[in-house]
Amino acid sequence: MNARESTELLVPIEGESGIVNARSLARNIARELGFGMVDQSRIATAVSELTRNIVRYASGGRGEVVIREVAGPADQPGVEIVVSDEGPGIADIEFAMREGVSSSTGLGMGLPGTRRLMDEMKIESGAGRGTVITIRKWRRQSGK
Amino acid sequence: MARVPIIRIGDMLIASVQEDINDREATDLQDELFQLLERTGAMGVILDVSLLQLIDSFLGRMLREVALGARLLGAQTVVVGIQPAVAVTLVELGLELTGVRTALNSDKGLRLLRQLMARTRTGNWSWNERSRKH
Ligand SMILES: Nc1ncnc2c1ncn2[C@@H]1O[C@H](COP(=O)(O)OP(=O)(O)OP(=O)(O)O)[C@@H](O)[C@H]1O
Ligand SMILES: [Mg+2]
Repeated sequence: MNARESTELLVPIEGESGIVNARSLARNIARELGFGMVDQSRIATAVSELTRNIVRYASGGRGEVVIREVAGPADQPGVEIVVSDEGPGIADIEFAMREGVSSSTGLGMGLPGTRRLMDEMKIESGAGRGTVITIRKWRRQSGK
Repeated sequence: MARVPIIRIGDMLIASVQEDINDREATDLQDELFQLLERTGAMGVILDVSLLQLIDSFLGRMLREVALGARLLGAQTVVVGIQPAVAVTLVELGLELTGVRTALNSDKGLRLLRQLMARTRTGNWSWNERSRKH
C-alpha cells in the first residue's frame, strides 16, 4: 500500500500566467487521482481563486503552490494544495472570510467560495506575515 | 491581436471563449465587445463558453459585466454552453450570474436571442424587465 508512488508538484506563481498554469496542473492531478468532473472543476476553481489573490495582493504577485496526494481520515485518496506567499498577509482572517469582504474591486467571493468548494481549508496569516492557505478534498469512495 | 475572434452576423455579435482564457484576454474580450457594439450598433451578443472548463469569480464577473453593459448599449446577451460541472461550481462559489441570460447550446441561444431582440424592437421588453424586479 505504501509502495504506491505519490505525486507532489511545486508550481511557482509569478503574475497572471501562474493562475492558468496552477489551476490546470491541479485539475490534471485531480483527474489522475480519480476525482470526477465536478470535483475537478471545484479543485481547479479553488486554485484559481487563491492564486489570483496572490497575483492581486502579494508583493510582486509572487508566491507558490504545492499540490500533493494525501490520504483522508478514512484512508480515502485525496489532494492537498498549499498556496503561499510572502506578501502583506491578512490581518483579520475571520473578517476576510466573510462573504462580500474585499479590499479591492473584487466581489469578496474568493475565500468563502473556496471554503465551500473544498472539504477542508486552513488559513495561516497575519499582518506582515505572508499567507499560507491549505485546502484539501477527499475523493468519494463509492464513486471510485 | 485578441485570442477570441468576434464574428458579426447581421445585427449579432458572436464570440467563442477559448479554453484557457486568462484574465487579460477576458478583459480584452469585454473591451472589444463593447467597442464593436458601439461601432456596429449590433443588438445581440452570443457568448459561447462551451469550451470553458472553469468559470471562477473573475470570469463570472466578466460575463455579468458584458451582459449588463451590453444592455446599456441597447443589446441583449445570451451566454451559451455552460458545462454542467462548471454550473455546479458556480453555484457553490456563490456566483449566480444574476441578470445573465443563458441557454444550453448555441441553437437554443440563438433562438432566445432572436426573441429578446424582437422584444427590444417592439418595446415589450421593458415591461418584461420591470415586472421581474418585484
Ligand atoms: N494572499 C493574500 N494576501 C493578502 N491579502 C489577501 C490574500 N488573499 C486574500 N486577501 C484579503 O482578503 C480579502 C478577501 O479575499 P477574497 O478572495 O475573498 O475576495 P477578493 O479577492 O477581494 O474578491 P474576489 O475573489 O471575489 O474577486 C481580499 O480583498 C484581501 O484583502
Ligand atoms: Mg479573491
